[in-house]
Amino acid sequence: MSLTREEMAQRAAKELKDGYIINLGIGMPTMVANYIPKNINVMLQSENGILGMGPFPYSGEEDPDLINAGKETITVLERASYFSSAESFSMIRNKYIDLAILGAMQVSGSADIANWLIPGKMVKGMGGGMDLVAGAKRIIVIMDHCTKSNKPKILNKCTLPLTGRNCVDLIITNLGVFKFKKEGGLHLIEIVENINIEYIKKYTECEFTIDNEIKKI
Amino acid sequence: MKNKIYSSFANAVKDIENNSTIMVGGFGLCGNPENLINAIYVKGIKNITLISNNCGTTKYGLGILLNNNQIRKIIASYVGENTTFENQFLSGDLEVELVPQGTLAEKIRSGGAGIPAFYTNAGVGTLVEDGGIPMKYNKNGQIIKSSIKKEYKIFSSIKYLMETTLKADVALIKAYKSDSFGNLVFRKSSRNFNSIMCSAAKNTIVEVEHIVDNIDPDEIHVSGIYVDRILEGKNYKKRIERLTTREKI
Repeated sequence: MSLTREEMAQRAAKELKDGYIINLGIGMPTMVANYIPKNINVMLQSENGILGMGPFPYSGEEDPDLINAGKETITVLERASYFSSAESFSMIRNKYIDLAILGAMQVSGSADIANWLIPGKMVKGMGGGMDLVAGAKRIIVIMDHCTKSNKPKILNKCTLPLTGRNCVDLIITNLGVFKFKKEGGLHLIEIVENINIEYIKKYTECEFTIDNEIKKI
Repeated sequence: MKNKIYSSFANAVKDIENNSTIMVGGFGLCGNPENLINAIYVKGIKNITLISNNCGTTKYGLGILLNNNQIRKIIASYVGENTTFENQFLSGDLEVELVPQGTLAEKIRSGGAGIPAFYTNAGVGTLVEDGGIPMKYNKNGQIIKSSIKKEYKIFSSIKYLMETTLKADVALIKAYKSDSFGNLVFRKSSRNFNSIMCSAAKNTIVEVEHIVDNIDPDEIHVSGIYVDRILEGKNYKKRIERLTTREKI
């Protein structure tokens, strides 16, 4: 059985380390905040000008002046700070963000990511995605392994317009976990229980290497 | 000293002309200058070039200027919450320049700092560098204008794109409080693009929830030197785009 969205978010949360400053993208990446290990302290940055974001407010305690980058009402924790959009992206551009977890439409075997534009469909804009992939120290992509019509999303070359080149470090899908090797190339490091490697190969366009004994998620 | 305080929003926007370039603060509907946007709507200023991170929603915020066909061009990073926007863009009524959000913020900040251009690595290897992002369609839905290729430069073996900065005729700003000089304090995440736009426009008009006698100089986020007009707004709606809450256990 492939992983649910919650299980993918849970797996991504294992990548968090004590002291990390983290930016979570809109959608499934936001769910990672629900699984932050209890024994570590991390701070969540929101690119609209918050460091130290907390959970959603209790009903009735929402504040329209306090939203995240997904425009959802949120809260802040102790030691939080507010700042302008320019300062927020100074933090991002100058590598103060340890980890960004983002969704994607496609990732290539050379660590390119595409997640902002489908030609022929409505242009919505890149938001802060291009800044994040260019600036964060580490980029994790969390996405379904295939499109809704069951086509691979991990490709030799992205067919959609890119958000950034050669910037992804780790891909977590509902079938397995891949890392990009320092010397280049994709490496499958974990596989979901009861999913076999042949199945993953069938639904992954680009080549990847595998350990002799592969870990189960 | 010149009196900067206005009591009427209509008077505060009276001299804004058609074809103006206008910056508007806010992130989505958070930190929008509600009363100033409404005053622009009522006055019916046309052919606006709008610089704002987003373009409101279909019904609220900057969306009301779109619905009233007052915007000619928008420079933004994300415009996905608005169906009027989509219709006007695809039918050729609206020109759009999409800019990565951090680059947009820095184009405004540096515009207000007297810097004409800067280099950034955001967008390297994408359509932002290569050009080709659709900017304008004709009536038949064909693209007639796309973004152009950017100049680049290598610093310490890393490629950076040259981005020119932004300035405006008018900035419409929402702050939490102000004194009579226009020293500003913002509240929570409504600071966003508001604080940086103050210095980037020739005429900076700020609406606040409270005009107060004194603010501790240590507390001030933006100096009143950048502020031309101040208004106290009443009955803020502060609409929430996505109300998300949790249950008390």
